[in-house]
Amino acid sequence: MEQTNFQLKKQKSQSNDWSARLHHATRATREDWMGKGISYLCIGVIILVVASMLWFITSKGVATFTQNHVSLTKFLFGTNWAPDQGHIGALPMIVGSFAVTFAAAIVATPFAVGTAIFMTEISPNKGRKLLQPVIELLVGIPSVVYGFIGLAVVVPFMRHVVGGSGFGIISATFVLFVMVLPTIMSMTVDSLRAVPRHFKEASLALGATRWQTVSRVILRSATPGILTAVIFGMARAFGEALAVQMVIGNAAIMPKNLISPASTLTSQLTTGIGDTIDGTLPNNALWSLALILLLMSLFFNALVRVIAKRGQLKHER
Amino acid sequence: MLKQYSFEETAVQTFDDKTSLAMKTENLQVFYGANHAMHDADLAFPKNQITALIGASGSGKSTYLRSLNRMNDGIATVTGKIWYHNVDINEPTVNIYEIRRHIGMVFQRPNPFAKSIRENIVYALRANGLKNKAELEERVEKSLRGAALWDEVKDSLDKSALSLSGGQQQRLCIARSIAMEPDVLLLDEPCSALDPISTVKVEETLLELQKKYSIIIVTHNMQQAARVSSQCAFFHLGHVMEYTPTGTMFSNPQIPVTQDYIAGSFG
Repeated sequence: MEQTNFQLKKQKSQSNDWSARLHHATRATREDWMGKGISYLCIGVIILVVASMLWFITSKGVATFTQNHVSLTKFLFGTNWAPDQGHIGALPMIVGSFAVTFAAAIVATPFAVGTAIFMTEISPNKGRKLLQPVIELLVGIPSVVYGFIGLAVVVPFMRHVVGGSGFGIISATFVLFVMVLPTIMSMTVDSLRAVPRHFKEASLALGATRWQTVSRVILRSATPGILTAVIFGMARAFGEALAVQMVIGNAAIMPKNLISPASTLTSQLTTGIGDTIDGTLPNNALWSLALILLLMSLFFNALVRVIAKRGQLKHER
Repeated sequence: MLKQYSFEETAVQTFDDKTSLAMKTENLQVFYGANHAMHDADLAFPKNQITALIGASGSGKSTYLRSLNRMNDGIATVTGKIWYHNVDINEPTVNIYEIRRHIGMVFQRPNPFAKSIRENIVYALRANGLKNKAELEERVEKSLRGAALWDEVKDSLDKSALSLSGGQQQRLCIARSIAMEPDVLLLDEPCSALDPISTVKVEETLLELQKKYSIIIVTHNMQQAARVSSQCAFFHLGHVMEYTPTGTMFSNPQIPVTQDYIAGSFG
């Protein structure tokens, strides 16, 4: 306070021209300019990187159709994937990707929601303390380790139990189930914890049981958050390459059942990326797969936004 | 700095056997961990009357109120006896869900569910196994009328409860509680988040409701206590200091601490 007074006095003695005094830049204004400059620079770099990636993948992915003149329908609905011979039907990979993604999400969601309820409602102190590190550990394990365990344990197990080679969608589902579990679980925990405490109190004070309160009030008002969690889990499953590649068998053929070797968009990308020459059809075809992956992740993001908006509307006063 | 008042000097009324009581507590103590929040509360609440619990923030009145329908379970340790129909409902073997059906509660902040007005009321009824549609409708109307809200919302029962004003929301919460047809209604500062006009409406509702229910209300507002209650208990730092008919409390407080509180020269 005293210092400001002192500065004001000093300025007064310098000039009696109020306009000049109130318009001239001080250290504070220069700091503002610098801060603004730095953040605009960072944003500019990031926008540039993202935009050029989008441009790069799109232009490369579109080359299959513009340069090699493959028809889009043939690409999306063809079932024969043999880029060396000019056949690039991507449907087997698209089906494979969606199959493992949905299967993993369907299996993982009940487990994740159940655990999340345990951590927030049933044992919020002890259980949470015990399970939180477990979730963090599951997140931290590199995907190659998951794939390796899948290869060493899940594949032989499936071979033993259901027959066949053991490689296939079911093994990939099992591995992805464990991988998406922590994502869905931790986000569900967040959304359950975000349910206002007074909802719970109101329900209990009306004589509703704990189970009724959880199932009809807490889960209901956390639904948008849980859906978001599931979609994030699906996005992770959809994009996972390495672990899936190690257990799915990598046969670019239409999956007939859950236990025959198949492939996904990502596994086909990692498998094929080393064997192709830039600018040729096989290489362009892989870029087209990457483009589908990109579009799908944009779609998942859009879906999350739509759900968040709906959830907000519901809670609007 | 607060003045030091003796906790020994108290004036707590008791009732003779002729007065029928809704509830009664004996030696009720509440602990939050090591924090002794409520000492030896011995209060009896006459039937079909409004009893106000007044006192400064942190005096333990809300803590006490929440113990009465076991809402402190899992939050605080409550010892002592809470008599309701000659049963000590503070025993661990008592079914807390059953208790809360008979002893309803309305909270400080209006807290309707993010559901429609109708759903807010039928929620608890359904949870208790009431399925008959006609009967549910009847209860919705009856409880909304009871809370003096029916005329304002009868055409918009399917609208979100969150679209109502604060005062309407609070009356919806009251309606939701009385839909369960409880004996006792506990209200924890029900008007502190409301404007004066909504407050008057809630108070009128309470005066009407005491014909059917026994009401215990925690309030910061001494005028409110004077307006609505028949009995009044004054809490100070976790002790019940004085419990007398409301008229006596405000015209002729018995002990210095209450005199100072009523006069506003507290501390």
